[in-house]
Amino acid sequence: MSYKFTEDHEWVLLEGDVATIGISDYAQGQLGDVVYVEVPTVGDEIAKGDELAVVESVKAASEVYSPVSGEVIDVNTELEGAPTMVNEDAMESGWFARIKVTNSSDLDDLMDEATYKTFVEGLDE
Amino acid sequence: MSATRVVLMSDTSSTQKTVLYSLHVELGAKMVPFAGYDMPVQYPDGILNEHLHTREAAGLFDVSHMGQVVISGENTAQAIEALIPGDIQALSPGEMRYSFLTNNQGGILDDLIVTRRENDLFVVVNAACKEQDIALLANGLAGKAEVTELTDRALVALQGPKAAAVLSRFAPEVATMSFMNYREVEIEGVSCFVTRSGYTGEDGFEISIPNKQAEAICRKLLGESEVKPIGLGARDSLRLEAGLCLYGHDKTESTTPISACLIRAISKRRREEGGFPGSEIIQTEIANKPAVKRVGILPEGRAPAREHTEITDEAGNVIGEITSGGFSPSLGIPIAMGYVPLDFSAVGTKINLLVRGKPRPAVVAKMPFVEQRYYRG
Repeated sequence: MSYKFTEDHEWVLLEGDVATIGISDYAQGQLGDVVYVEVPTVGDEIAKGDELAVVESVKAASEVYSPVSGEVIDVNTELEGAPTMVNEDAMESGWFARIKVTNSSDLDDLMDEATYKTFVEGLDE
Repeated sequence: MSATRVVLMSDTSSTQKTVLYSLHVELGAKMVPFAGYDMPVQYPDGILNEHLHTREAAGLFDVSHMGQVVISGENTAQAIEALIPGDIQALSPGEMRYSFLTNNQGGILDDLIVTRRENDLFVVVNAACKEQDIALLANGLAGKAEVTELTDRALVALQGPKAAAVLSRFAPEVATMSFMNYREVEIEGVSCFVTRSGYTGEDGFEISIPNKQAEAICRKLLGESEVKPIGLGARDSLRLEAGLCLYGHDKTESTTPISACLIRAISKRRREEGGFPGSEIIQTEIANKPAVKRVGILPEGRAPAREHTEITDEAGNVIGEITSGGFSPSLGIPIAMGYVPLDFSAVGTKINLLVRGKPRPAVVAKMPFVEQRYYRG
């Protein structure tokens, strides 16, 4: 069980067939102060690449795309009252949704933590 | 995530730099292209903190990308009135006025600030419209006045309730200046053009400084305990809270000063006499009221409604569009402005906003959202 990352800065943590999804610490730093998060509805069927959530900073709205296909089984309702959790703890309490994945091979082409770290360092150059 | 990618890939190779560029970088600013310039959108404190700091103490903004123009000649105050609806002849030397260049349809080509000085006019125009404006002024005033862009000067704004206390440590005479007044003062031995003005809703100053000394003077100002550097991000949220419209968004070539609710910038004499581009159309709109009007909007809930969000009536018919929208750091809620038909412009009117396709309730609200605190002596 370990974090996987997309090139669009989403993270996925797969436990059994349930994937928890959020955005990386690097992404929250780029966005700045998060003021609103729109999470999906429990029961939504999401396809890989679909819009899963929207994160709004003071400046702009950013879509978060789902790295996996499946059914939304849980959403982080605490973000409604405390959107800055995304800034403070992006990798854990700032998660957006949990998806019961249809096909765990969706994660195969994602980066592991070390590869993502190198990827992000490349972006800052 | 989509927007992050845009920020990362922004191309800054063809943009210009202000003389304060290296200072911004040294202060840790995130630089983005804006109106052809590489500008600081935020510093490490972030937009939220920068915004609140400006409301509580004082913020220093680099606005050197804006155009500074001098118009000299005989009767320049009268001559420029052929191009703008502002009452410039009514100004005494040292007074300034907010106005706009209009087209023949009464639309707004840009907004600008005109200061009447002893022997000329000092004009500040938006960065994005700078070339167009200067050409328009030069053509319109050809044979009557000379139009010169001051490319040798930087422009900074010092804004906030502590701005006057800070600046008067360097130039005591600024303390007694009133809102929308101009003075030439020495700061650290350098001759600066100081106006008591700005675009944040706070008391404050705009300071025109010769390029060579601009960085040194900014460092002095930033050395004062009340002052922090503030980026364009907070400049935008501050002006939105103050109900001030942004050119190219809340007013454009196709909006008139009347529908933009800027009628106060046209004096009684100018309304009656006209004599500026599109004046007949504007006079008709004053008499018959405009079809649409700029209003303040408070979305219910916490989701911000951004520019171009459609506005509908309660039955779901599209009646207008948000022109500026975001989150108010001072109030902790989303705020917006946009255009609606006159029938929907009364404060308290219930409307819906189509945020990502979903209708969300909102209400037409009074502006400014945060009280303006200009110093009027």
